[in-house]
Amino acid sequence: MIPPIAKMLARHLLKGPHTMKDAPRPDPDGVAELAEALGRRARARLGRSLSIREVDAGSCNGCELEIHAVNHPIYDLERFGIRFVASPRHADVLLVTGPVTRNMEEALRRTVEATPEPRWIVAMGDCGKDGGCFAGSYAVVGGVSDVVPVDLHIPGCPPSPRQILAGLLALLDAADGRLG
Amino acid sequence: MMGDVTLLEFLSLGQRVEGHRPWPRFVLDLRGWRLLIDRLRVAEWSVMAQWAERDHIHVALRDETSGDIAVASHYCDDRRFPALGNVRPGVIRIERAIHDVWGLTPVGLEDRRPWLDHGRWPSRMPLAAQPMAPPSQPDGYSFLQAVGEGLHQIPVGPVHAGVIEPGHFRFHCQGEAVVRLEERLGYQHKGIEGLLQGAPLDKAQRIAARVSGDSTVAYSLAFARAVEAATGCEVPPRAHWVRGLMAEMERVANHVFDIGAVCNDAAFAVMLSHMGVLREKILRANDALFGHRLNMDRIVPGGVDRDLSEEGAEALKHLLYGFGKMLAKGYKLYENTPSLSDRTVSTGIVQTSLIHRFGAGGFVGRASGRGQDTRETPSYPPYDKLDMTVPVLTEGDVNARVLVRFAEAKESLHLINRILHEMPEGAFRVPVPEVAGEGLGVVESFRGEVVVWLRISAGHVVERCHTHDPSWFQWPLLEAAIEGNIVADFPLCNKSFNCSYSGHDL
Repeated sequence: MIPPIAKMLARHLLKGPHTMKDAPRPDPDGVAELAEALGRRARARLGRSLSIREVDAGSCNGCELEIHAVNHPIYDLERFGIRFVASPRHADVLLVTGPVTRNMEEALRRTVEATPEPRWIVAMGDCGKDGGCFAGSYAVVGGVSDVVPVDLHIPGCPPSPRQILAGLLALLDAADGRLG
Repeated sequence: MMGDVTLLEFLSLGQRVEGHRPWPRFVLDLRGWRLLIDRLRVAEWSVMAQWAERDHIHVALRDETSGDIAVASHYCDDRRFPALGNVRPGVIRIERAIHDVWGLTPVGLEDRRPWLDHGRWPSRMPLAAQPMAPPSQPDGYSFLQAVGEGLHQIPVGPVHAGVIEPGHFRFHCQGEAVVRLEERLGYQHKGIEGLLQGAPLDKAQRIAARVSGDSTVAYSLAFARAVEAATGCEVPPRAHWVRGLMAEMERVANHVFDIGAVCNDAAFAVMLSHMGVLREKILRANDALFGHRLNMDRIVPGGVDRDLSEEGAEALKHLLYGFGKMLAKGYKLYENTPSLSDRTVSTGIVQTSLIHRFGAGGFVGRASGRGQDTRETPSYPPYDKLDMTVPVLTEGDVNARVLVRFAEAKESLHLINRILHEMPEGAFRVPVPEVAGEGLGVVESFRGEVVVWLRISAGHVVERCHTHDPSWFQWPLLEAAIEGNIVADFPLCNKSFNCSYSGHDL
């Protein structure tokens, strides 16, 4: 019997991956365009790679689901040299989601301290901006910028993978401005 | 001798509360509440949820024999109530949380450590009638001890290595083997019950949809059904079917992603890629049909916020055909990869007896022999018009939990197909009557049973609302599942449970 994985691999060898590299321009998602620009800028600014550490400071988990989507073969963030890493010590960027809960405030501060300079902090989602619909609760500090300095907000509830890519592009612009 | 007293017969010794729908609510005095605890020792009644108000404690119960559901309430004199945790271990953490937030003391509960309160809020017991001053510095937490030769501890979290919600795990290990795992949660606590108190309906509905992002459809639905029950709102038939469609799409999207993630934790990344592509197909279909990838805020009290177009339904039928074939390929790959089975079979076993003691539902329960599914009993539209099979296995290991997910995803595709073919025409939303009342909404999320209880005023202000996540009864079982396994198998066990942090921490 031919093992199922062999069939699957053969299919991808013959038909190509799911990744949307041949999407028509401008394609409905705009991902290819964004991705190309992102790749160019990322290389110019940071050499070959950009490492992101994700920190959930109290989200509903919606933002995390869309971050996972960016990593899937269709958006495939890693092909541009951008990747998610396991430790803040390996990261250039902290991607923070959620309204910051009081129970996570110290953990977030400590994670920021553990990230080497130069570092950028991106607040993701409407909650990350100002606490969203959780603002005003006794258990919530507020947006991410109420706890640590934020370089960029990516709006949305949750932001779509396309918005996440667009946000990272804007971050690179901001980083250019700061260093240049 | 109390013999075969049914739940409703028993509770009728209390005083029935008017205006609580669709199931009755009874107020028990102290004697009645104590009798209830005695009955729970022997009766086949399971606790669905427990919550508090400023001076009342409530518990939603299901009679497993007759299927009846009812709420029992007790007025807490001097802010104390006899604890249920000694007879129903699943609610121990709930009662600890009630003490943290509402300041009601569960009398007789051995474990009295704070649960959600880390000593970092601006006050102790923030929702009690008289909150107390906060501690001068955050609490330490006394983890349970394990004593023996060669034992060491591994602390993990709250910030984990992956893209995942925060929580702390304390492992006591002997070499590679885990002797004890203890969870420390509460990091995601957003004070949702406090926010819902006094919120206007539209604001409350948005908050309820964000209790747990992966179950947003289930939470919106449970909230909407609670409001509709409380106000006597009759939802048009078509709305029920559109809601069913959204709920099944959510179930499939979550199950396929979890299957991929479990395999990924066994270093079999190709499955994560395959399943990621499938999940994306569902999310894009959601976006095209209803304008949001996760269908957040699409279910509202009174119906749904937009209708399904005819072209949309056709496109979806086409998509599902290819989707089913890809899912079958994934299943074949899973079943025929020995290196994968080597990691999942007989790893992280949960005994059926524990599942019943804790009343755990969802795929965690179904993989260990407990077939409870709210879509079947008590059922709600449109499922009352659809036949469905609920897959039940008895092995209780990681493999069983993956196989139940495969079977459920396949079943959901059938359901979606039938919903698309049999959906009635008509209106999709009606205004909610402006009357006061109390309502209970019970629905099946992909993870298990979600319960929402609320009391609403005639002016559409939510006076009190509680949301219950199925994870409350599943988190403790993860501690049992990992015992005796090696540390490296923890990610597999954890992912095969995929308990919600946000829904649990509230």
